[in-house]
Amino acid sequence: MRRLIPSPVLSVALLLLWILLMQSVSAGTLVLGAALALFWPAVTVRLRPAPVRMRRPLVMARLFCRVVLEMLKSNAEVAWAILTQRSRDMRSGFVLIPLELRDPNGLAVLAMIVTFTPGTAWAQLSADNRVLLLHVLAIESEAALVALIKERYERSLKEIFE
Amino acid sequence: MNGGTPLWVEALTALLVVVGALAALIGSFGVLRLRSFFRRVHAPTLGATVGTWGFTLATAVQVSYERGQLYLHALLITVFIALTAPVTTIFLMRAAVFRGRLRGEEIPVPGTEEPSRG
Amino acid sequence: MSPLLSWALTFALGCLALGVLLALARMILGPRAEDRVLAFDCLYVNVMLVILALGLIYRSSSYFEAALLIALFGFVGSTAMAKFLLRGEVIE
Repeated sequence: MRRLIPSPVLSVALLLLWILLMQSVSAGTLVLGAALALFWPAVTVRLRPAPVRMRRPLVMARLFCRVVLEMLKSNAEVAWAILTQRSRDMRSGFVLIPLELRDPNGLAVLAMIVTFTPGTAWAQLSADNRVLLLHVLAIESEAALVALIKERYERSLKEIFE
Repeated sequence: MNGGTPLWVEALTALLVVVGALAALIGSFGVLRLRSFFRRVHAPTLGATVGTWGFTLATAVQVSYERGQLYLHALLITVFIALTAPVTTIFLMRAAVFRGRLRGEEIPVPGTEEPSRG
Repeated sequence: MSPLLSWALTFALGCLALGVLLALARMILGPRAEDRVLAFDCLYVNVMLVILALGLIYRSSSYFEAALLIALFGFVGSTAMAKFLLRGEVIE
């Protein structure tokens, strides 16, 4: 079973993608989509460096909602900063954040979330994956930012991936 | 199509489109206005998040209403952009940090010891 | 289409066209290569949104595929250029 379906989540995602792309739920679409959804993960399993284990769908859903809300909020903040703040009043700079998350897939998701949120961008991870260098457009308080990343995102990701 | 679309569908579409377009415009304005590369890197995400969400949701609402059935294919673009935009930005940040250090700019290096200050 | 929606779409197209011009200006001004790649990144998202707006105006779903393709090629192009800046080689 594990050899046949190495990653069920990826298979389901591929099937959904196929249905959306074909814009129909006819039998032919479903059969072909299911075949592709079984075929590609099995073929590409060697290409994925670390096996993905995701648990706790509830935590995932909560994290998703939080990320969307946080993005809407920071969109408004960054838009306001771009329109109104003068250049020399903007306190932007690099922030170092210690990380406890070790799973490479979890770190990848954290990188995507942080970078896709306006106002923060992932710059570099230390060689041992323990410290993160982050660039922030408008630093209000460093402690609040560290708390946001560690308590909101990192803890949920630890629950999901570790 | 034949003038039968109710007002609330049109109003919702119009609102989503205007919000999305404004976000994309402010993002592009930020790319031009902000002073240094590391500040500018934050601006295009406005267009990639709210800009894209507005337009794809508007398309989904419009098409679903017209065909009388839920059509979510436009949201594929949202998913696609959400997966790809951060990758480009992370690559660019790495390139800029690397080249900035080569030029001798002061960029902190995340080390193994306890971070002192950012 | 009601005047409300057609006004909104015209306004949106104007905003996006202006956005394309602003990104283009940054692309020309530079000053460094990474600024130009960033401007390209911004540019293709704006163009993709223009295509989606046109799809809303003409009520045709074939614009959707065009938008998806622009997103795809824009991603491949800007990632290749960012990778090039990182190492000086696209394929290693």
